[in-house]
Parts: sequence; structure tokens; C-alpha cells
Amino acid sequence: MATTSRFALVDCNSFYVSCERVFRPELEDVPVVVLSNNDGCVIARSKEAKALGIKMGTPYFQVKDMMERERVEVFSSNYELYGDMSRRVVSTLSQFTPNLEIYSIDECFLDLSHLRPEEVEAYGHRIRHTVERWTGIPVSVGVACTKTLAKLANRLAKKRAKAKEVLALHTPAEIEEALRESSVKDVWGIGRQHAKRLEQLNVVTAWDLSRMPEGWVKKNMAVTGLRTLLELRGQPCQDLEPETPDRKNICTSRSFGRPLTELEDIAEALSTHTVRCATKLRRQNSCATGVTVFLMTNRFAVTENVYCNSRTIQLPRPTNSELELLSRAMHLLKNMFRPGKRYVKVGIILNDLVPASEVQLDLFSNQDGEKHKKLMSTLDTLRQRFGHHALKYAVQGNKNEKDVEEEKRAPWMLQKKFLSSPYTTSLKGLLRIKT
Amino acid sequence: MKAEVILIDRPDVMQLHDMTAHRLELFSSAVQAGFPSPAADYDAEPIDLNAYITQNPTATFLARVEGDSMIGAHIEPGDLVVIDRSLQATSGRIVLAFVAGEFTIKRLMQKPDGAYLEPENPKYESIRITQADMGRIWGVVVGIVKKV
Ligand SMILES: [Mg+2]
Repeated sequence: MATTSRFALVDCNSFYVSCERVFRPELEDVPVVVLSNNDGCVIARSKEAKALGIKMGTPYFQVKDMMERERVEVFSSNYELYGDMSRRVVSTLSQFTPNLEIYSIDECFLDLSHLRPEEVEAYGHRIRHTVERWTGIPVSVGVACTKTLAKLANRLAKKRAKAKEVLALHTPAEIEEALRESSVKDVWGIGRQHAKRLEQLNVVTAWDLSRMPEGWVKKNMAVTGLRTLLELRGQPCQDLEPETPDRKNICTSRSFGRPLTELEDIAEALSTHTVRCATKLRRQNSCATGVTVFLMTNRFAVTENVYCNSRTIQLPRPTNSELELLSRAMHLLKNMFRPGKRYVKVGIILNDLVPASEVQLDLFSNQDGEKHKKLMSTLDTLRQRFGHHALKYAVQGNKNEKDVEEEKRAPWMLQKKFLSSPYTTSLKGLLRIKT
Repeated sequence: MKAEVILIDRPDVMQLHDMTAHRLELFSSAVQAGFPSPAADYDAEPIDLNAYITQNPTATFLARVEGDSMIGAHIEPGDLVVIDRSLQATSGRIVLAFVAGEFTIKRLMQKPDGAYLEPENPKYESIRITQADMGRIWGVVVGIVKKV
């Protein structure tokens, strides 16, 4: 028997802001924003902050004075906290169905095809209440027969006051009404270019788009456009994509807190990235065949001559030993480094990953290979227990990358002036309660 | 090996659900090379203190105690309290509440004239909650972790 598909999109409302509010309940009705890495620009806003006209992506310095006047509460991004809260939300959602897809840090698709239509609405509210109760994070729920329509329903669940954050589209009439209420640029999968083009053709609402001929869409918007069209008409073309498959390349990079000029400081950052990257590599039981290191000067500073370079080497034998990767990465960095420049970013990419099990069959592997393997597994266990700064190489320097105090922090660390506590991931960061 | 060391000294104790690497093995028998262990067919899971501390790690948070208003309930400065947000805060339970702009731990008592947040130290007074907006319950305290 064919079952009708039914997807829910659960989206956390102003997720980063909500995470901060869980541990600062007094900020409930106060305008709050969260800044991007290095406190560059606004990346999350509470609805009170939106009402003040603060736009997504606005550079912090542009709205700084206004936000001080309006008493907007400002936070640096606390990804440790957001990551842990996201994990809690996902784990709560998985109580409702084993079939779910983590779409982003604050969105999940759930397969709800096991429900009868009349149960859906109440189930949506139960999801919402449970997530809020268990984690403190408010979510909204959109339900429909395709992922694209579920996304659209979710938007409207937030917009329509009477929906109370949960909206399920069942009948063709309900779908039509929802499509007429949504503009084409807000449809999932419609990029800015296509939206502009469609609007010129007087295709303004999602409903207009759903009336377009298949042939035209396929010709002008390719197969992905066609998929969107069919999904808007209620024909599911995309299923859940559970667990991301192991990746072919992995990368660790970060911008520095301030431009760096000294090789030693950059080497310190790169070695820390390399150790993290190698840990990721071993976690997915892979070995890298090649190593790329890239180094960048400030791309926006017109006065300085821009220098962005990357070097790649093929390894004689695939490895996941960080000792080997570290020495390769340092070698590449030294080749690339030019004195007298101000660098803003360094990163490492491990290329062409292969399963570690295949590498071990290599008859020519030397004895060092075995030794490294044992050492790495010991390191992984120790780091898992004691954290990443417990065990470091001399080149990584002795400063703690996470130290809140400026002078104890490594020079390549990002500026995070308004960082909240790692409430859920560090014993030092816990809420303190004056009973 | 002492239990409190395992429980308290780990920086990642917060991730209560995936602490498999830190489980406390109270009775572990090392397998000697060459001899099949007679217990091989009976291998039980090691004792998981996380499961003992909370039923629902997803909804469980830790907080550090700084005051003395609950010493009668053995909640003392420096302790960690284990808070489960998923539980119903019924009368008689110890709760983490947010009242008048501050977090506080008290025992919740439902009485005919309102809800009370009661301290367990005669030096302090009860807080009477008459309106819903005066305060809210953040979670229910289900455990205390002490370092001795
Ligand atoms: Mg969101």
C-alpha cells in the first residue's frame, strides 16, 4: 500500500539568541543580537532587534551606537554552546521519529508519514512544547507532503499569528492559500538570480511559480528548478537525507583575531588546526592522500598588496598520523610565508581521503606506521578525556586558545568581546546559582 | 579508583549521554592473553553513573551552587546540582526557579493561597508566588554532585 509522504520542518526561532536566553531568562523580551566570528557583523536577531530595523549581516560598527542607545544586548558567537544546544534539540526531536535529517544547526526535517492527517496538528504542538520544555529553545513546525512545502509552511507558521508556530498544509485549498501568501524569492531552492528573473516575468508568488509550464522551468532553471516546481505542486521529489556520508576532503581554518605578521604565530595557529583536522580524520577512520595549506592576507584591504597562496603535496603513503601531517603542513607554510605581510587566515585541507582499513593492507608500510597508529589512538583517547588543550606540541604555543582573558589568549584567536559562558560544555562555565 | 574523581574532574562531564569513555568500571576483570575468559559470555555493561544521575540526559543541565539557603537539603556552596527540565515541578520538589531577575534553588510548595519557594535554612524567608509572571520554574533538581 502506498503511503502518502509527510514531512515536518522544525526550525529553531532566532536560534543563537534563544540559546543565550535559556541561561539569561531576563533577556526574554529584550532586543538581543549575536555577532559573527571576530565580532564582525550581526548574524542573529531577536524579534525585538528586528523591530528596531537591525538587518542581518550589518557590520557591528555601523549599528553599535544605535544599539547602545536602544539597550540592545550584544553577544559574540558562542559556537560551543550553540553546538551543544543543537545536539539537544536534535536528540529531543528524535523521540518523535527515528527518521530525521539534520538540515542545519537549527533546522531538522522529520518524516511524519506514520501519522493520520487528523493527528498532525496536535503532534506538531507536542513537538514544539517538548523541545521548549526540555531544552528551552522555541521552535516552529511546518508540515506538508513535500520538503519544499514543509519549508514554506514553516515560514508561515512563524508569520501567521493564529498558527501559534505550527502549520500543517493538508488540502489543495490550504496549499494554494499558502502559496499565494509566499513570494517566489522565499521559496526553498530559488536563488536570488532566478527570483529576479521570475519577478521580471511577473511570477511574483510561489503560486505563480507553481503554475509555470514544466518545459519552461526545466529549460530555464534546470533539474533543480523542476524539482522545486513539482514539490510546490505537492509531488515529493526529495527524500530525507540521513547522516552525512564521510567526506572526501576535510578542512580546518579560521580567521585570526587580528592580522599576524610573524611566522611563529601563524605556525602556532596552523599546528592547532592540523591537530584538529587530523582528529576529525581519524574519527571517520580515514587517511589523507594529500595535504593543502592556504594562507591569506586581508582581501579587502586595498592598500596592502593582496597575497593568497596555497600549496599542496601528495603524500608518499596515505596517513592519519598528525606527526607526519604536522611536519608536512609546517614545511608548506614555511615555503609560502613572505615576511612583511599582514596575514588574516590560515587553514589546512586534507585531500582525497581513503578508508584507513585499505591503507593497512599496504605491504610496504614501514614500522613507523604501526608506532604512529598506536600513538595516535592513545592521543585520541587522552584528548577525548581531558580536552584538546591537554596535549599540545611545542609549536602550538603555550597559550590557551579558549582563554577568556585577552593576554592569555593566543594572538591568532578571534576577538570575542561579548562571549557568554560555555554553560553546557565546561565545568568552569556552568550557571552559578546563589541559592 | 574513586567515584568522585571520575565524575567531577572531567571537563566534558556535561555531555552526559556520550560519556561511554568515562564509565566507571567498578568490577572489571582484565582478560589475560591466551586464556579465554570464563566470564566472556556474561559480559555486562559497566556501571554508568550518568544513567544513575539522570533519566533524561537531553534535558539535563548542571549548575554550580554558591549560596547556603538550601543547606538543610544538603545543597551546599561548591556543589553541582543536576537539573532535569523535562520533569513536572510538583509540590515538594526542589526546583531551579527564576524569580525577580535571578536564579534560585528552593523547594516548591503548593498551598491554598499560592505557590511558595521555601528555603531550607532558617536564616532565609519563603518567597510567595502569587502571579504567574513573578517567576518561573526552569527545571527540577534531581541530584547533587559533591566533591569530598
Ligand atoms: Mg532558525
